[in-house]
Amino acid sequence: MAGQGTTTDVAPAGTGRREYSKSEGAGRRRIGPGLRTFLIFVALVALGALIFPSSYFYRVGTLVWINTLAVTGIVVLLGYVGLVSLGHAGFFAIGAYVTAIGPNYGIPSPLAMAGGVALAGLLALIVGRPILKLSGYYLAIATLGLGMLIWMVLSKEAWLTGGPDGMVVSGMNARNLFKMVGLSLKSAEAWYWVAGLVAAIGAAIAVNLAGSPSGRALRAIHDSDVAARSLGVDVAKAKSRAFVISAIYAAVAGALLALANGYITPDTGGFMHSVEMVTMAVLGGAASVYGALVGALILTALPQVLTVFADYEHMVLGGIMVLTMILMRRGLVPFIADLWNRRKS
Amino acid sequence: MSELLQFLISGVTVGAIYAAIALGFTLIYNASGVVNFAQGEFVVIGGMTAAALIAAGVPVILAAPIAVVAGTLVGILLYRLAIRPAGQAPLVTLIIITIGASIFLRGAMQAVFDKQIHRYDGFSGDAPLRVGGATILPQSLWIVGGSIAVFAFLAWFLNRTRAGRGIKATASNRMAAALVGINTGRAMNLSFALSAGIGALAGVLATPVTFTSYDVGVLMALKGFSATMLGGVGSPLGALAGGLLIGLIEALTAGYISSDYKDAAAFIVILLVLFLRPQGLFGARIVERV
Repeated sequence: MAGQGTTTDVAPAGTGRREYSKSEGAGRRRIGPGLRTFLIFVALVALGALIFPSSYFYRVGTLVWINTLAVTGIVVLLGYVGLVSLGHAGFFAIGAYVTAIGPNYGIPSPLAMAGGVALAGLLALIVGRPILKLSGYYLAIATLGLGMLIWMVLSKEAWLTGGPDGMVVSGMNARNLFKMVGLSLKSAEAWYWVAGLVAAIGAAIAVNLAGSPSGRALRAIHDSDVAARSLGVDVAKAKSRAFVISAIYAAVAGALLALANGYITPDTGGFMHSVEMVTMAVLGGAASVYGALVGALILTALPQVLTVFADYEHMVLGGIMVLTMILMRRGLVPFIADLWNRRKS
Repeated sequence: MSELLQFLISGVTVGAIYAAIALGFTLIYNASGVVNFAQGEFVVIGGMTAAALIAAGVPVILAAPIAVVAGTLVGILLYRLAIRPAGQAPLVTLIIITIGASIFLRGAMQAVFDKQIHRYDGFSGDAPLRVGGATILPQSLWIVGGSIAVFAFLAWFLNRTRAGRGIKATASNRMAAALVGINTGRAMNLSFALSAGIGALAGVLATPVTFTSYDVGVLMALKGFSATMLGGVGSPLGALAGGLLIGLIEALTAGYISSDYKDAAAFIVILLVLFLRPQGLFGARIVERV
């Protein structure tokens, strides 16, 4: 959170996106948009902790926050720039597997986690640069292939990854983090708070990015590549930056999942997981972090409530994607916000 | 030597399937500018429908055309229910719609049929023919013949018929085509129908050799994309050549390097093409319309 204050100064409230929503009270302006998002997210994390009756709820809640974090990365790529990635589960899995493999070779978990995140970012940088010079389809196709390649390596190199059966993740337990400051929590509760706080920080960073000069460049590209270029935006570089940032979000989320679950399988890097992430962003609304949260919440909670979901997972996810795009192209959160505003006026 | 010949034969066989898929992509892309991520699902629809019918005792000569018609109908439905309602949507919206449709169809296939792997006997039996120390399945000849027939049909249809020229005109400039009286909606409809029919046909022909199951569509689509990109997006000849090349690369990878990673070959090709020659072997330079 150290960088939080300075970024907020660069992009005070009232710049960029914020100006579009008229309902902003003048008194709120003192808190920057990033900090405000952080506080709202932390309040929601705390609300969950207040009402959850059992460890099971904490585990599902942890998943919701981890997915929110990963989908926030999709928001940066899809919502801000308008690019689709079908291989984000690959980055997610790199974060998860490096975190899992590190301790087996004597590398402590936090270091392995950082290594996994760096590896995912580096891969996104190398692969993204040449592809992002071309039109939008190419990224979707190339990431589809990249994701499959990563999944293939994870399932076939059993000596390193345990193969299709997956592997046990040893190492950190979040309880110890809280013990250091004198709090004694159950393991599930501790991971819930860690995941929630990291998701809150991720959301705040994404919100501040949207208001920053490079975030505005990204949105200019979203509206028109050519117009952005004529305004002096280095389009390929800006897209590549967004791709790397979103890969990093996915990798951090993957690392968290590995540690929180204590077990991972190659399916975390599978095609369907990539599709799931995109669907979450599309359903909630890819333009904002709140869309990421709502999409992640619905699609993580739904399978827990509806047991038939597992049988019809594909049809549900695919149907949601198509229907959302036809009926409410900007997603659930903006759609409901519009309805609300119309009713008030 | 006979080993190499064997790899080449199996490469050409699967390559012809990829070529047919790539031709389907090219048709829709040329007519509408949409890259249809659901293209691989048509292959599965064709294969699964034929397998179910044949298992139920329907003779191949009846089951195969029914399966192609089923695929074609799904293609028309895809256009009517998912693509057309989106109107003049931005590129990213169309990408998400076709991805969603592809996942939906995959689920529908699992619900309508099952999760098993299916195959049926080759059209001319499964006794291999011997050629210079290598063997060819008679079905391979059906597959290669089918792809060539599709290519020839498309070349004739797009250049020689009124409906085909309507598709080409719609592709080049939709508004101008509408202004000279071409029913552009019908042209789009037709291109989706044809493209789906071609995909389903590829599935019907390929299933005795490659087998099929509800979830192979994405992989098929990826191979088809690779073929399209290698050949050059928008070029039918490129699609044919690209498909055969991808098939050969894959067969040689499986034979000489590792069969575990034969599916990776297509992806490596995509990346190399994007790095070195984004317009592909036969494609025009990529110019984006503003």
